[in-house]
Amino acid sequence: MQSEPRVQPRLSQRRSRAIRRELLYLGLCAPGLALLVLFNYAPLFGIVLAFKDFRPRDGIFGSRTVGFENFAYLFAGDAARITRNTVVMNLLFIVATLVVALSLALLLHELRARSPLLATVTQSAMFLPFVLSWVVVANLVTAFLDSGRGLVNQILGAAALPAVNWYSEPEYWPAILVSVDLWKGVGFWVIVYVAGILAINPSLYEAADIDGASRWQQIRRITLPLLLPLIVINVLLSVSKMFNADFGLFFQVTQNNPALYPTTDVIDTFVYRALTTTGDVGMAAAAGLYQAVVGLVLVTSANWYVRRRTPDNALF
Amino acid sequence: MLSSEVTARSAGPVRPNRAGRRRPSGAGRAPYALRVVAAGVAAAFVLPLVIMISASFSDETQLNEHGYGLWPRGFTVDAYRFVLDNADQLLRSYAVSIVVTACGTAASLLVMALMAFALSRPDFRLRRPITLAVLFAMIFNGGLVPLYIMITRYYGLQDTLWVLILPYLVAPWYVLLLRTYFMGLPSELFDAARIDGAGELRVFRSVVLPLSKPALAAVGLFVMLQYWNDWWLGLLYIQDRALTPVQLLLYRINSNIDFALTNPQLAGSFDVIPVQSARAAIAVLAIGPIVIAFFFLQKFLVKGITLGGVKD
Repeated sequence: MQSEPRVQPRLSQRRSRAIRRELLYLGLCAPGLALLVLFNYAPLFGIVLAFKDFRPRDGIFGSRTVGFENFAYLFAGDAARITRNTVVMNLLFIVATLVVALSLALLLHELRARSPLLATVTQSAMFLPFVLSWVVVANLVTAFLDSGRGLVNQILGAAALPAVNWYSEPEYWPAILVSVDLWKGVGFWVIVYVAGILAINPSLYEAADIDGASRWQQIRRITLPLLLPLIVINVLLSVSKMFNADFGLFFQVTQNNPALYPTTDVIDTFVYRALTTTGDVGMAAAAGLYQAVVGLVLVTSANWYVRRRTPDNALF
Repeated sequence: MLSSEVTARSAGPVRPNRAGRRRPSGAGRAPYALRVVAAGVAAAFVLPLVIMISASFSDETQLNEHGYGLWPRGFTVDAYRFVLDNADQLLRSYAVSIVVTACGTAASLLVMALMAFALSRPDFRLRRPITLAVLFAMIFNGGLVPLYIMITRYYGLQDTLWVLILPYLVAPWYVLLLRTYFMGLPSELFDAARIDGAGELRVFRSVVLPLSKPALAAVGLFVMLQYWNDWWLGLLYIQDRALTPVQLLLYRINSNIDFALTNPQLAGSFDVIPVQSARAAIAVLAIGPIVIAFFFLQKFLVKGITLGGVKD
């Protein structure tokens, strides 16, 4: 506007500039792509291990091919147990997390108007365990469950009840793992749902106040229905990941105790053990592939469903 | 991981004042009940940490006799004296963790931001295929075994610092998150910078990066957390004690693999070797930095969760 019109660059010049820019973009992607190739794509060739009788000496491709033998062995043996444990425990986590996170988010929200300080402190306290590692969490759990020194047995003792050997009784572990998972992870979801509640239009509550609706009625008729889409999507996406267990939780918190395997051995711990302890590489690869394929099916179907209902929330 | 993205879109920006404005009257006894419940919940979440700190200040004999408790059993700093007297391994592990976390976080942010920037440019023709490649890496992988074999047999990375850094460097989810964030920046600013003669890299450095501070801070913190808290890569690929990060050291001590603590030569002037209390002391020392950092940085983490949803 201020100066004379710019001279159109010649076509060839424009093209060479476009090519230079394309190469620059590619260069910017290069380090990231290289790492994806090294750690995500190249290992895909290793999937053939699931169909091999792996011997370290012969390498991946030199080892004898055995077809579906590893899978046959896996499904004749541990597959049912590790699949059941993985799926059931994840479903328990999903339900428990949803119920507790929603309740705590509602609690925090009700509290915020009356005592902002206490609400802030409570939210921080709930979120704090999220930043701890599973090793530390496992350490903390022993303070409760240690058979001699643990707090739980002290309390049982005080109530004249017999002490329990927590680390050798598998039947208690679903409940223990749910509690530990909640303690460490629920703070994250509380923040998610508090944000969801804050996004609800406040005039709805004002109108409800004028109509004389009680707090409880407002929660039931306004907050929960309006949170429903968020809840549905979060649950659905959690379900899509239910074939993957949190290795740290199942390995560290149980202290990898074989006595607890009946209820705590999941696909991820099984694969780890087959790889590092029993040295059955082919079987470990087979179990890993089984997990990856079912996981892919779950993610894509969940995404398909979300996409159909609310395309904005779809992952891809 | 996937689910939190939803928050950003359906929940929108958080306006904390709203809640304060409405609901002026909280009549009756309800507020007190709420407060009591909230205080109870907060206590329950902090309690385990209090117990561990108490244990670290407890007298070993009394701890073994009476068990863990809320208050130290016979207050003493013996455990810390014991741990810090033989601090070589601990300091070494701290150094490893600090180097891995610092280098890993910086490199990861740089590599991911550069990639995300290129993928956010509409005039980049390979944008689609590369974005798809990132996405596919996120939803499908060969599992632990193929990666393990590649790293140990073909890349020869075991027992190097590299193996603690490289596998986490590019997290597909964060790349996509940053890309979405960059795409949301006002394009007029880019055009203005270009008219002023800025090249692409200059646009990235002077326009994109400063405008994306909240997203970069959140992603950076989550990446940092992952590196600091990691024991998994060490468990798989590190045998060398000199390269053992803090979390792995704590794991080895927990599972009695590490004998440094129970080595009688190290007992020195202690009547009773403080095994349990020293474990607690090491745990306290291992989580100290992260808990202190938490109080300063949690608002960025919270912002990260509500802004784009970042979770490991």
